[in-house]
Formats: sequence, structure tokens, C-alpha cells
Amino acid sequence: MVTFLLRRLLQSVFVLLGITLFVSFTIRLSGDPAVAMFQGSSAPTQEQLALIRERLGTDRPFVEQYVDFVMGALRGDLGTSFRSGGPVSAAVVARFPATVGLALAALAISLVLAVPLGVLAARRRGSQVDLAIRVVTLFGLSFPNFWLGIMLILIFGVQLRWLPPSGYEGPVSFVLPSLTLGLILASSTTRLVRSALLDVLGEQYVVTARAKGVREEAVVYRHALRTALIPVVTFVGLQIGGLIGGVVIIEQVFAWPGLGSLALNAISYRDYPMLQGTITVLALFIALINLLVDLSYAALDPRIRYA
Amino acid sequence: MRRALRDPSFTIGALIVLIVVGAAVFAPAIAPYEPTAANLRSRLAVPFSETHPLGADAIGRDILSRIIFGARISLTVGLVSVAVAVVIGTLVGLVAGYFGGVIDAVLMRSADIQLSFPFILLAITVIAVVGPGLWKVILVMALTQWVQYARIVRGQTLSLREMEYVHAARGLGATHARIMFRHILLNALTPITVLATLGIANNILLEAGLTFLGLGVDPTIPSWGGMLADGRNYIERAWWVATFPGLAITVTVLGFNLLGDWLRDRLDPRMRT
Repeated sequence: MVTFLLRRLLQSVFVLLGITLFVSFTIRLSGDPAVAMFQGSSAPTQEQLALIRERLGTDRPFVEQYVDFVMGALRGDLGTSFRSGGPVSAAVVARFPATVGLALAALAISLVLAVPLGVLAARRRGSQVDLAIRVVTLFGLSFPNFWLGIMLILIFGVQLRWLPPSGYEGPVSFVLPSLTLGLILASSTTRLVRSALLDVLGEQYVVTARAKGVREEAVVYRHALRTALIPVVTFVGLQIGGLIGGVVIIEQVFAWPGLGSLALNAISYRDYPMLQGTITVLALFIALINLLVDLSYAALDPRIRYA
Repeated sequence: MRRALRDPSFTIGALIVLIVVGAAVFAPAIAPYEPTAANLRSRLAVPFSETHPLGADAIGRDILSRIIFGARISLTVGLVSVAVAVVIGTLVGLVAGYFGGVIDAVLMRSADIQLSFPFILLAITVIAVVGPGLWKVILVMALTQWVQYARIVRGQTLSLREMEYVHAARGLGATHARIMFRHILLNALTPITVLATLGIANNILLEAGLTFLGLGVDPTIPSWGGMLADGRNYIERAWWVATFPGLAITVTVLGFNLLGDWLRDRLDPRMRT
């Protein structure tokens, strides 16, 4: 178990190093931020440029800057925003709860819907209910998430006026954006729960349990579902990246004060330390969730031992 | 073929895709207006009228015409990005699976990193640097997605290269290239076709999302994502500006998803749902 944990942690560290290296290198390719800072104003002199480069630290070699960034990040220092002059980490910390809260709320909604619906569809395979669930989830897979968001705003925010259409006005503001993301994630998850459960229901030990006269409810929920949830957990772990991507778009639809809008603003102001810091933190969050997912297998499947 | 026609997944999916392709190809002939022609007299004109069947946007451009022309962007992005990714992925996957060694190790590690780096974040980073644009979006998609095709082809190649018939071909003096393309690739095409069809649907959604964020195609070109970004601003006054382009995306993506589902059921009985 300890060896597994260490190996898995090491893997996360490599992935994070790979991502930050890629992001830093790509951003570095975009040209001289000192020049970018003078956009729209009069042309700077060479001395002015040199001064700014020195102040930003961009006159040093790339490797040195990258090592600096990583060392800083380990201490919780993500650098200084070009635009505000304040620390990037403070801005990221302020926005972090809004984004992660949205992602977790969406995840919760999707699981609450997907597990019962998937079980229902699997137990009544081939019935009208099963067909209806298949059709609805196929639509769910085909909606652009931001369009579903706009439609929910239109119905519940503009027409019925039940919920705030955008911005953050207290916990009730979570409803529409998390529902948007949750409904879409629930579609793919429902399909997976259904097919995973169908697979398991054909296994020998389930047949044995039935033959022993175990009640059908107990067969499904105690014996089969537990095993069926393993691929579901893997799938949900793999979806976290896509979910965070969805949050970035949905934040734009709902004028949500999260990391996604922070990153998009950073692009329009060419505030590269801010962009780098935001993406690093999002990648860290995703890596952490994936780590937790891997560790949770043991709890679900007693056959898995981390030797 | 007759069996296919009796399957609603196939008939509905194929019909939708045919209509969208038709709209894209014959756009200038069937669109009632120029998609970029502003007309201040029909600003935010209501839909279901004789002049504008789906209404008009904030500067009076006909929404139906823009949707018809927008099909060109969505299909171009969906088809070209997937085609490029499939070609690169298949070549790398074949070589990696067939020869193994360093290229195989590099491929698998880069796939690991990529799986943990969501596309939108990657696209934001790259487009922040190179700027938005149709071909840049296609390139970013192709360069990030070839890995998934490479993994599939690699896996198939690994199992196929030890098959009797491959050994037989080698014994008969077939070259490596001939074995890879004639004997292995043909048998690896099934999962690739399924994945590519679903990939087209996925990339149409991704492009619309990026364009919605202002990171995709040029806002002056009529595209479904761009129309939605426009419509978001008028949601309180004109519901139709955002509603119809979103429906166009949903129906098109649904068409490709239905075809992909049908292909998966037909070609691979093990994956049957």
C-alpha cells in the first residue's frame, strides 16, 4: 500500500511538472511581455524595456525562470500579476472556492441522478423505461453545455424569475450553473452505470447469489452495484478534467466569479503570470482528484490489493 | 443495408448528417439572405415571420441564413480535425505497437500527461499565444487528440502482430510496411471508425465552446458558437438569437452520436449496449 501510494504520488508529481513546463514554455513563446505592456501607448525606449524585463525577471534564461516558478509555487507563491501588481496566489485563492464549489455541486447532482437511473435502466433492460433513459441521455450528450445554461437562464431566470440569472447572489446562485453541468455529466454517467451493472449481473457470483435465494434487491444493491461502481469511479475521475473545462465555459455564461473567468481575463490583458498560476492550480486540483479516485478503488473492491 | 435502414439510430443519424452536409455544401443557394448582411430595419425581428423564419439578430442579420452558413464551420472543424488526428494517431500507433521500444515508451508517457490535462485548459494556453482562428483551432484539436487514436491502434497492433496470419505473411517475405498496412491496419479500423465518428461530434461541441469564449473562429464569420455568444447578450429581450443556433449544434451532434452508437453496436458486438 505504501509503495503504491509513493509510486502514485510520484506519477502525479511528474504529470504536474509536465503540465507546468508545457504551460510556461508555451507562454514564453508568445513574445516579450515587456513589449505587450506597452500596447496601445507610445513606443517604449530600449532602456524602458530593459528595466521592465529586469523587474519582471523575463531577462533571465527560461530554465532559471521555470525553476524559480516551481520553487515559488511549492511555497505557495505563484508570482506577481503583470496587470494588478499583486500576488497571483491571492487572486487564485479568492476565486478557487467558486470554481471548485461549482464542480463539486455538479458532480454531486450527476451522481444522484445517474446511479438510480442507471440501475433502473439496467434492471428493466429493453423496456420502455430503458429506451426513454437511453434517448434522453443521448440528447444530454449532444447539448453544448453553455447552450443548456443559456436555456435554463431563459426559462428560470428570465421567464419564470425563480432564480438569479447570473452572477453570485448567495447559495441560490449555485442552482442553475451546477444543474447545467450536472445534467450533462449525468447523461454519460447514467449510460455507464447501466452497462457496467449489466456486465456484472451476468457474473458467476451474482448468479450464485440469486441461486442461493438472496432477495433481488440485495443481489443488485449489495452484490452487483458495488462492483459495477468501479468503472464508474474511474470514469468520473477521467471526467474531472472535462468537468473543469466545462466550468470554465459555464462561468462565462453565468458571469461566475471563478478561476475560468480569471484565466480568460488574463488572456485578454496578456497577464501571463496570472494565466500560468490559474492553470497550474486547476491542473493541481485535477491531479489531486485523480489521485483520490485511484485510492478509492480499494474501498470498493476487496480484490484490489496494492502490493 | 436493409438491416441498417430498419435501425432508427442509423436512419435518424444518417438523415441529420445528410441534411447538415447538404446545408453546408449548398449554403449560398438555399440561404434566403447573405449571412453577414446587416439590416437595421429588421433588428431583433421576431421568428416565424414571412421575412425571417427564425428571426434576426441585434443588427438585423437573418438567423436562418447564418445557421446554414455556420454548418460549414462546424463540419470543417469536426471533419478536418478528426481526419488529421486519425492519420497521425494511426501512423504513430502502428509504428509504436509494431516495433515497440523508445517510441512506444514516449507515446505512452505523453498519453498519460495528456489524459490529465483537460483540452479547454490546453486550448486556452495555446490560443492565448497563437491567437484565435479556424485553422489554429483545428490544429490544436488534431495535435492534442491524435494520442487517443494512437493508443487504440497500438493496442490492436500489439495483439495482432503475434497472430498466425501475420507470422505467415512475414514468412512469405512481406515487408514491415506491407504487414502494418495490409494485415494489421485493416483489422484495427473498426474501433478507429467508431471513435472518429464520436470524435467529430465531440469536436463540433469543442469548437462551439471555444468560439463562444472568443477563443475559436473569427467572430465576423458566421458560426454557431459565435451566434450563441451574441445571443447570450440579448437573452432578456430576444430568446431566438441564442435558441436556434444551439438547436442546430444539438441536432448535428446528435446525428453524429447516433451514427457512432450504431457503428459501435454493429461493428463490435462486445460493446453492444
